[in-house]
Amino acid sequence: MTIEARLQLDYPAFSLAVDLQLPGRGVSALFGPSGSGKTSCLRCLAGLEKAGNAYIEVNGEVWQDSSRKLFVAPHKRPIGYVFQEASLFEHLSVRGNLEFGWRRIPRNQRKVRLDQACELLGIGHLLDRQPLNLSGGERQRVGIARALLTSPQLLLLDEPLAALDSQRKSEILPYLERLHDELEIPLVYISHSQDEVARLADYLVLIEQGRVKASGLIGETLARLDLPLALGDDAGVIVEGRVCSFDPTYQLLGLKLPDSQLQVRVAHAQMAIGSRLRFKIQARDVSLSLSADSQSSILNRLPVRVTGQRLADNSAHVLVSLDADGTPMLARITRYSCDQLGVHPGQALWAQIKSVAVLA
Amino acid sequence: MKMRASRLATTGLCALLVALNLGTAWAGEVQVAVAANFTAPIQAIAKDFEQDTGHKLVSSFGATGQFYTQIKNGAPFEVFLAADDTTPAKLEAEGDTVKGSRFTYAIGTLALWSAKEGYVDAKGQVLKDNQYQHLAIANPKAAPYGLAATQVLDKLKLTEATKAKLVEGQNITQTFQFASTGNAELGFVALSQIYKDGKVTSGSAWIVPAELHDPIKQDAVILDKGKDNPAAKALVDYLKGPKATAIIKSYGYEL
Amino acid sequence: MPLSDPDLSAIWLTFKLASLTTLILLLVGTPIAWWLARTRSRLRGPIGAVVALPLVLPPTVIGFYLLLTLGPHGFIGQATQALGLGTVVFSFSGLVIGSVIYSMPFVVQPLQNAFAAIGNRPLEVAATLRASPWDSFFSVVLPQARPGFITASILGFAHTVGEFGVVLMIGGNIPDKTRVVSVQIYDHVEAMEYMQAHWLAGAMLVFSFLVLLALYSNRQGKPGWS
Repeated sequence: MTIEARLQLDYPAFSLAVDLQLPGRGVSALFGPSGSGKTSCLRCLAGLEKAGNAYIEVNGEVWQDSSRKLFVAPHKRPIGYVFQEASLFEHLSVRGNLEFGWRRIPRNQRKVRLDQACELLGIGHLLDRQPLNLSGGERQRVGIARALLTSPQLLLLDEPLAALDSQRKSEILPYLERLHDELEIPLVYISHSQDEVARLADYLVLIEQGRVKASGLIGETLARLDLPLALGDDAGVIVEGRVCSFDPTYQLLGLKLPDSQLQVRVAHAQMAIGSRLRFKIQARDVSLSLSADSQSSILNRLPVRVTGQRLADNSAHVLVSLDADGTPMLARITRYSCDQLGVHPGQALWAQIKSVAVLA
Repeated sequence: MKMRASRLATTGLCALLVALNLGTAWAGEVQVAVAANFTAPIQAIAKDFEQDTGHKLVSSFGATGQFYTQIKNGAPFEVFLAADDTTPAKLEAEGDTVKGSRFTYAIGTLALWSAKEGYVDAKGQVLKDNQYQHLAIANPKAAPYGLAATQVLDKLKLTEATKAKLVEGQNITQTFQFASTGNAELGFVALSQIYKDGKVTSGSAWIVPAELHDPIKQDAVILDKGKDNPAAKALVDYLKGPKATAIIKSYGYEL
Repeated sequence: MPLSDPDLSAIWLTFKLASLTTLILLLVGTPIAWWLARTRSRLRGPIGAVVALPLVLPPTVIGFYLLLTLGPHGFIGQATQALGLGTVVFSFSGLVIGSVIYSMPFVVQPLQNAFAAIGNRPLEVAATLRASPWDSFFSVVLPQARPGFITASILGFAHTVGEFGVVLMIGGNIPDKTRVVSVQIYDHVEAMEYMQAHWLAGAMLVFSFLVLLALYSNRQGKPGWS
């Protein structure tokens, strides 16, 4: 299953022209500043907005093809949509809200049960409350559960956390991660927060001023030197590793990089062998050396190959892109060190990783 | 300084008020309440009256019953030209008028009228033929022309036959509107509404013989408020004079 | 009994007229208000203005033009005659038509405000939850606009009860057909029957007060209505 959307939308002050190919599983994040056209893309996918010139195909079904004047009405598309503000129906209780969509799909298409959705989002105790009496985080969780209960083939989330303060955000993020881990349906997630994207996304589409700047798997895309993402202070890569060992004495978890024998070790509580763990390596936490110098406190050293380099946003630093047996990484070093090491593409180096931030 | 300025202003204001008041109380003005059916004749009379006497006539037009209520509640009218004779008599009995000033200034003539040419015959046979849908009359409880109309129907023994076809206007003006817009094919209206210079101006009419109903006497009276106003007396005298009577008759009233 | 039989029948007639008018106005006014609240058409301004006109025009003026248009020479009157219905002036149906026009803004405007206040979002949410547009209207818009419907009904009903000028112009004061309370009171006053007028006016006031009281207290008693 894939999601294919070619959209062209013209407003007096804004135009959108994108060609999206999103994977049929996991979380695809549409990432970009506000006003870049992310929400319009999502609304077109849902059919809430009708792009003048568009072709949308999801899972082999065509939802819009303007060349044939075909347009499937939003209520006929098997989607779930989570709005920025939960937008619960104020005239219904939480249960009424949850059952609204559930009642409207044929019995044999109901794959998600009310108690499952409640359990997944931790809202079982709220069923008889009125939306007005819920906190922002609770409302948003109800909104997500409500969308899930239509047993959608595609779940669209429009910055579901944007309207929440950071405490509420951290209250909801674990639930979203559960969605990511437990649902078999694809999610398209809009965000302008690097943090959320880092934690949730598998696939990243970078949108700016109505155009797709880049798209690809998140690890690769974040490591691309030609994108502004890599230039900021916060630049770094996301890696999803598999737990391969645990050292109870030092409380260290061994994580294998994808499709590789390379390992990193992080301080973390025990986890089952084989389970996935997502972590972030900031470019500024990676230093480079010519030899595998083990006389230091640094825990993780990986053999890498230089794939590219570029001046950072100040001329004192250089960003170096690296390949660690298939896993892209970034290192932010001073220009002075860069020249001392004679960094050049293809060069074999050792990356010393000062810290690894576990995301989930 | 301040004190003097404000005193000056007060004095000025008083002087202005006195001047304005003198203006309105200028010896030649009279406030008249006029029954709506007499609107056209009084306007014609007013012109001559103002020319001949130098007094000024300020008229308000309306329903007699309303005027009664307003007069009882302190309205500033000095002369009242009513559409009937009972209302002025009532005011007289209640002591709101100048004793002995009441007189009949016009006697209304009732007409059965249709906006359609040739619809009403010269004898009013159309009523008995009973082919119409609606017959408009003025509210008999409130309007003298309405009362007269019901008397005519009684005399002609048509009360029962017309009962389901009657539509009532609140006053004679509205009754005329019902008939003139064709919503009622027939209407008992005041001859003055359809009559000018000795003939019916439009549609077709039967001028109802006076013996079929009590006379529609329209009485005038000088009200309490006008007892010291020479212009009020002058107007009443003028209405009795030959020039005014001629005008009144030309509008289809008897005298 | 201070109220005579004609008074009572006028009261009953008024009640019937106001109820029927309110019902028709809710049926007719809802789509108009919906359209006015949501359209981006250039006709929105003109149509909104036409609906609001009865607010400005004196009732007797409306009545006079109804008399002309519904009458045998008016275009509506000609249409009804061509359909074999005759003319509706001087009939209860005529009063209903007049009242519907006269009270229209009092029903349309609260509904329009209620619809506008709901906005687009709940409808989009409903659509993503598989509700068709009609379904959304009945399951989301109607319940959320309930305060608007209550206000519209109260105003439409009350305004029709208090209507006088239009009825006076097109009614013809026919007992049991067009002689409503306001006209009956006016009749009493004109005939100087002040006592009857006071009783009837008093009864009308008490009745209206009780209706409004019942609706307003009911409205405040329930949470989530406003």
